[in-house]
This record gives sequence, C-alpha cells and structure tokens, in this order.
Amino acid sequence: MAGIPHDHYEPKTGGERWLHSRLPVLGLLYDTLFIPTPKNLNWMWIWGIVLVFALVLQIATGVVLVMHYTPHVDLAFASIEHIMRDVNGGHMIRYFHMNGASLFFFAVYIHIFRGLYYGSYKTPREVTWIVGMLIYILMMATGFMGYVLPWGQMSFHGTAVITGLFGAIPFVGDALQTWLLGASAVGQPALNRFFSLHYLLPFIIAGLVMVHVWAFHSTGNNNPTGVEVRRGSKEEAAKDTLPFWPYFVIKDLFALAIILVGFVAVVGFMPNYLGHPDNYVPANPLATPSHIVPEWYFLPFYAILRAFTADVWVVIFANWISFGIIDAKFFGVLAMFGAIIVMALAPWLDTSSVRSGRYRPMFKWWFALLVVDFIVLMWVGAQPAEGIYPYIALIGAAYWFGYFLVVLPLLGVFEKPLTPPATIEEDFAAHYNAQTGGTHTLAGPAE
Amino acid sequence: MSDADHPAGTRRDFIFYATAGAGAVVTGAAVWPLVNQMNPSADVRALSSIRVDVSGVTEGTQLTVLFQGKPVFIRYRTPDEIEAAQSVDVSSLSDPLAENANLEGEAPATDANRSMPPFGGEAEGETSPWLVMSGVCTHLGCVPLGESGNFGGWFCPCHGSHYDTAGRIRQGPAPRNLPIPVASWVDETTIQLG
Repeated sequence: MAGIPHDHYEPKTGGERWLHSRLPVLGLLYDTLFIPTPKNLNWMWIWGIVLVFALVLQIATGVVLVMHYTPHVDLAFASIEHIMRDVNGGHMIRYFHMNGASLFFFAVYIHIFRGLYYGSYKTPREVTWIVGMLIYILMMATGFMGYVLPWGQMSFHGTAVITGLFGAIPFVGDALQTWLLGASAVGQPALNRFFSLHYLLPFIIAGLVMVHVWAFHSTGNNNPTGVEVRRGSKEEAAKDTLPFWPYFVIKDLFALAIILVGFVAVVGFMPNYLGHPDNYVPANPLATPSHIVPEWYFLPFYAILRAFTADVWVVIFANWISFGIIDAKFFGVLAMFGAIIVMALAPWLDTSSVRSGRYRPMFKWWFALLVVDFIVLMWVGAQPAEGIYPYIALIGAAYWFGYFLVVLPLLGVFEKPLTPPATIEEDFAAHYNAQTGGTHTLAGPAE
Repeated sequence: MSDADHPAGTRRDFIFYATAGAGAVVTGAAVWPLVNQMNPSADVRALSSIRVDVSGVTEGTQLTVLFQGKPVFIRYRTPDEIEAAQSVDVSSLSDPLAENANLEGEAPATDANRSMPPFGGEAEGETSPWLVMSGVCTHLGCVPLGESGNFGGWFCPCHGSHYDTAGRIRQGPAPRNLPIPVASWVDETTIQLG
C-alpha cells in the first residue's frame, strides 16, 4: 500500500494462504499495522489516535443513548432527564457523550494546527488535507445537530440562528431554510430529521477517516522536519523509519492515557463546565435566552460571522458591487464558510518550497500569531456583540483571511528558509543517542 | 467512433447519448422524492391561519402568540410610544419600507403603515395603537425582547439589533423591519392572523 519500500505480508499457514488467495484482508491489516513510520515523529503526532478514540467513544455512547431518547418536541427534553435520572448509569453515559464532543474538537484543532505548522498539507498530501477538512465540516454538522436533540432553550434558538444562516442566501434562502426545517419555523420536522442525520453522519465520518488514513499511508507520513523518507531501497527506508506497531502504537496509547486522565477528570468533576445552563430549560419558542452562545468549538467561526456588520467598508463595497444582493447578513455567512474554505486551500496558497515551519524563520511568527488569533476569536465569540468586541472580532477575522490569502503566498517569495537536514536519520541522530534509540539512560555506576 | 471522425454521428453515438440522457432523467426522478420529502408536510401547511382573543390586551401590554411556529407580537401601544414612532423621519431608516403584508406595493415605513387600524376604524392614514407584527428578528431568527433597546421598542439579545416602537430596525445587524403578517378583525376582541 505505501510508497515506502518495506516487507509485505506473506501468508504462512495453510489457512492464511487459503484466505489470502480469496480475500487479502490479512495483508491489508498487516500493511496498515506495520507501515513504515518516520522515526522522528514528536508528541504532536499523537492526536490522530485521540481522534479515533473520540469517534469510537461518540458512536458507542451515542448508540446507547438512542436506546432511551425520544425525538419528539414534547418528549425529547423529558427523555434526556429520564436518561439523567432514571437510566442505570445514564448520566455518566450522557456526560461522556457531551464532553466527548469537546474532546473531539479539542483534538481536531491541535491536529489541524499541527498540520499547518509542519506543512502536512503541502504536496503530495493535499488529498489527505482536503479529506481532513471534509471530516471537520461533517464533525461541525454532527456536533450542531447533536446539540439540538435535548430540545432545551439553547438547542431551539441555536437552531433558529444556524438555519437562519442558510436563509441569508439571496433568492433561494427562504426556500432552502424551509426545506431544511420542514416548516417555516423550528419544530418537530427539524428535530426528527436532525436526529436521523446525527445518527448517520458519524458513520460517514468513519468512512472518510479510512480514506484519510489511506491517503497518508499512500504518501507516507509527514514528520517534524518535513523531509521525505528515503525510498531508494528497503535498507535506506529502514534507517528513516520504524514500523507503526509496536513503536508508535505504544507511544500513542501512552499519550492517550495521559489525555484521558484530564478528560475523565472533566467528565467526573465538572461535566457541565463547557455547557450552558440555558439548555437545561425546556425549549420555549416565545422567549430567546438573553445571551445566545454556541458551544466553545464553534466560537472562532461564530465570531467571524458576527464581525462583518453593515458599517464595515468591505461589506459596504460588496453590497455596492453586487447591486445590493450581498447584504451584511449574507456577507457574514460567506465570511464564516470562507474562513474554512481558505484553510482548505492552504496547499495551493502556500508557495514556500520548504515544508516544515521548523526551518522557516518568518513563518514561525506569523503562525504563532494565527494561533493567538484563533484563541482571541474564540474568546470574543463568547462576548456580547457590543462595545469594543465587534472591533476585536473584525481584526481577528481580517488576520485569519490575511494569513491564508496574503501571508502564505508572499512568504514563499520573501522568506529565506534555513536548510532542512538531508535525511530523517541525520536529524534523528542530531537529537537522540542512536545507541539507545532515543532513550535517555541514567549514567552507569562507573564510566 | 468520436464525433470528429463521424461528423454526422453514428448510430452507436446516438445510443450512448440516449442511454446517458435516460439515465440522468431516471436518477433525477428517483432522487427528487428523497429531496422533496423534507419540504413542509400537508399538516404543517394546513395551519395557515388562527384567531386570537385580544380582549385582555390593554394599553401598554403585549400578547405574544405562536403562529406557524413563530411568535407574533400583538401590542396596544401607549401614546408616548406612538408619538416616538411618528416623530421618526422615514427616509433616515435603514429599511424605509413598511414590510406590511396587508398593504399593496412598497409602502413607506410610516407609523400609520406599520400599525393595524382599530376595529371598524379607518383603513389607512390614521395612526392606531395596535401593532401586530412578527416576533422573529430579521437577522438570524431570535425573538426580540419587548420594551427594551435604545429606542424603547424591541431589542434582540442575540446580536444586538434595536427596533423602535413601530418595530422598525434602527440599529444593529438586522437588515429589515419586523414584518407584519396578514391580520384582520373578526369582531371587536378577535384578530385573525393569516
């Protein structure tokens, strides 16, 4: 499967040969498990395993929760309370599911920013990146629809706001919004179909995850140096890599254990910290909560949505040039989706010949600013849209677009990158004692 | 085989295009029911008008009813609110249209065009204390709060849109005035919506 030369599966027993000639599934598993992996991967390469764990956790807890949940406007909230109070262990299952979504997004954001820093999106890994972005978009859709199901105040009015985004599209918006909701307003049809899709999408995500893994198993992993594994011969490749099992599986599971300590602490001691009290109030179409805020993982893009009001000059210009078709509301929607699209286009916007940010002295600073920008947008997205906050959101949104549309293309021209090491082996030897394979041993009793 | 070699097109070319065309039509016909089932169902469409008893609405109070799944505000305004609404220069509004489904064409957003005539009262040109309008913010669909905001009318807590005492957008991201649904008097104390 991989382009990196390595030993392939050889069926040894008669039974294996019988199966292999009919369905080479053991070979597929073998090649996946023993894939040559760059041996210099650092701790930022553990988030994929965390994400797989989160997906499995969400599907497992979700399937169980559905056994007790009722997707009806009059019964949904009560069935959630039934899970919380009556179902054996139901409250813990639901708390794991609720906070599992946060773990999922926490890991995906670090995973995405890892890719942005080490140039994992750059050729030849564009397909891996694009598939990853599709997974991220489906995750957001799934997360949003899951938040609707408890039918609390935030569920209800959040749905009104988010489906209102589609209503902002010129000409077809109202019809599209009505089609999505199955009525002119949020109600039973919307709840029922969101439930259906919330159950479906995780399995599509699981399918895309396999494509995502297939894609980077075809190109080989990126690594902190951004230098490709040598493919001249099996021996050469073996100097740059180690098999995924057991080396990286054990390392990843160790990291997962550490992260789960934090996760379980949140689930056990502060399960509602990341939620909103308003969602424990049953949905009431006649009263909007005083301060509607999406879940934390949507906040940066929510801030971008709100940043572009009618008095911002780009909005005024867009309105004028489109003869009034693009108003402030539609512009905000375009900006929010555009913020994700420019990120997906990073492979073609980044013009630098050096892949890893480790060897790009100017890029490092712009990247650090992007991380700060993301956190600032997340913070400002939770603030009310008044006073100084809209201006902060506007600056943050401007930098987000500026990074992808201006900084990345221009840096490749103006930046003088350092010279990356010639091989992964060379980089590894410079950082770790080759004798111990990177393990720091205590000094012996007598040298 | 290609069109370049046989400008007139062969019998086989025709069969290819005809098959592909039929396949596209059949696929579309098969997919359409799956798309259309998400549009409002017959029982949802049937709830197109309701009657509301407004005998309990007195000066300075407001009734909020659910009409087609969305709130509708029915308010009997105070003289101060009416005066505040009348003193606004219509040309200075960001949405100068009345957005009133009971009026023909593009009527200006004067207070007379926004308010509902009293029972048996003059149809137009006279200001009425009754204001019947949608309670859904034209920005992203939240429900504005009454008797609040910078203009003493409604304030949307979601993204900070301020509406005045005639439900016209005065400040914030919302693009349009709160729309006025089709409404009429059935008798002295009953309004029919839709």
